Amino acid sequence: MRRVVITGQGAITALGATAPATLEGMRHGRCGIGELAFENVDRLSIRIGGQIRGYDPEAVFSRQQLSLYDRFTQFALIAADEALGQSGLVITEALGERTGVVLGTAGGGLQTQEENYRAVYAEGKNRVHPLVVPKLMNSAAASHVSMTHDLTGPVWSVATACASSNHAMGQAMGLIRAGQADVVLTGGSESMLCFGGIKAWEGLRVMSKDACRPFSADRSGMVQGEGAAVFVFEELEHARARGAEILAEVTGFSMNSDASDIVAPSVTGATRAMRGALLDARLDPTAIGYVNAHGTGTVANDRAECAAVRGVFGAHADDLMISSTKSMHGHLIGGTGAVELLACVMAVRDGVVAPTIGYREPDPECDLDVVPNEARDARVEAAMTNAFAFGGLNAVLVVTAFS
Amino acid sequence: MRGTVKRDVERVVVGILAEQAAMSPEDVTLGATLEDLGIDSLGVVETIFSIEEAFDIEVPFNANQPEASEFDIHTVGSIVRSVESLIATRA
Repeated sequence: MRRVVITGQGAITALGATAPATLEGMRHGRCGIGELAFENVDRLSIRIGGQIRGYDPEAVFSRQQLSLYDRFTQFALIAADEALGQSGLVITEALGERTGVVLGTAGGGLQTQEENYRAVYAEGKNRVHPLVVPKLMNSAAASHVSMTHDLTGPVWSVATACASSNHAMGQAMGLIRAGQADVVLTGGSESMLCFGGIKAWEGLRVMSKDACRPFSADRSGMVQGEGAAVFVFEELEHARARGAEILAEVTGFSMNSDASDIVAPSVTGATRAMRGALLDARLDPTAIGYVNAHGTGTVANDRAECAAVRGVFGAHADDLMISSTKSMHGHLIGGTGAVELLACVMAVRDGVVAPTIGYREPDPECDLDVVPNEARDARVEAAMTNAFAFGGLNAVLVVTAFS
Repeated sequence: MRGTVKRDVERVVVGILAEQAAMSPEDVTLGATLEDLGIDSLGVVETIFSIEEAFDIEVPFNANQPEASEFDIHTVGSIVRSVESLIATRA
């Protein structure tokens, strides 16, 4: 079977404007969550999030580009540039035809929707900018990444709520394995930090007003973030032939559906997804040294996820490390799996396991090694990353150290 | 007058819960728990939304810390009392 490796990665998150800056934040257990700043934030009861600060779109993109790029597209383009740059790939016409883009986003151009609904409903305007439709469409980021880099292979976007990025990366892996592409730029982006985006989440009563504390008994819910991460997935022999530096191998993927509840997680579904990913990777559960948890910081998720991890790993559950980096960058919804894969690559490549910060009090129903508050040096051969979305859509990936 | 307001709160809250539980209001007793009425976690957040809209109040409730909330959702009666106290605070 054709093997899939990672030869580049890029990111922009509340922890930093690049992948190394984001990972540096995770290494130091830094919290990127703070007071939100946008129009009408005073009308929200939830006013914190992992918002990207100090970012000036006009310093990166031209006025013409910005008339086409929603914030989620801007983030995807920035992360894709960095990833492609690191990979060292030179996109010729022939390689472009063998290169795809598969990106996850749940909301797509929400900032554009918000601005323009505001214009027509709140401000009573009768006209909106002519390019609103191509700016807000869910697939706009994937299209612009392909256009910017002349990537003419398979390109699409995936929307499966909080599992969007994991589904996207799983499909990217499948494309390469199946021989439909040799290289795929994959990951995800999200920009839901706007009045409407947070107002909608408030209604669910699962958001925290102070901090995201996954697995901590005093947790008070989830906190949203924004940003993107994009990886270059490449067929192993293709990468070897050009002497590329290989960051990690993507060895396993599994997806399934709970088919039971539109919001509640399922231990059974999560268990099946993790087992499936291990089978696909042909790894024994004991090979996994680190699990990047879905770890939203809600009671429902954290307890179901810990129960599922116990079920899958048995006695080994007490030996592995599991952390939720959402405590630092927030929940990027459709982009979250991509940012979290960065932590898995760091674990298998650099031997650094990102912590769960904000952890204060053990929860007996989450009695695993959650790497509380401080990153840890450890030799990790393989790492798993979980995404269990609303609607019961589960997607799990496994990455392995490459040597 | 006070007694009428009190009964109105109870009537409206019972009406909201009855609708959520797909029951007749006469069958909703003050001692019943939400579980008795078959109202799940999604039903709870919908109920709270309806209560906020009906009384124009903000209900402090976080599904992650129901026990830490000042808003007591244990029984129909406790919800009625919590709504009354929120109305009193507002006035």
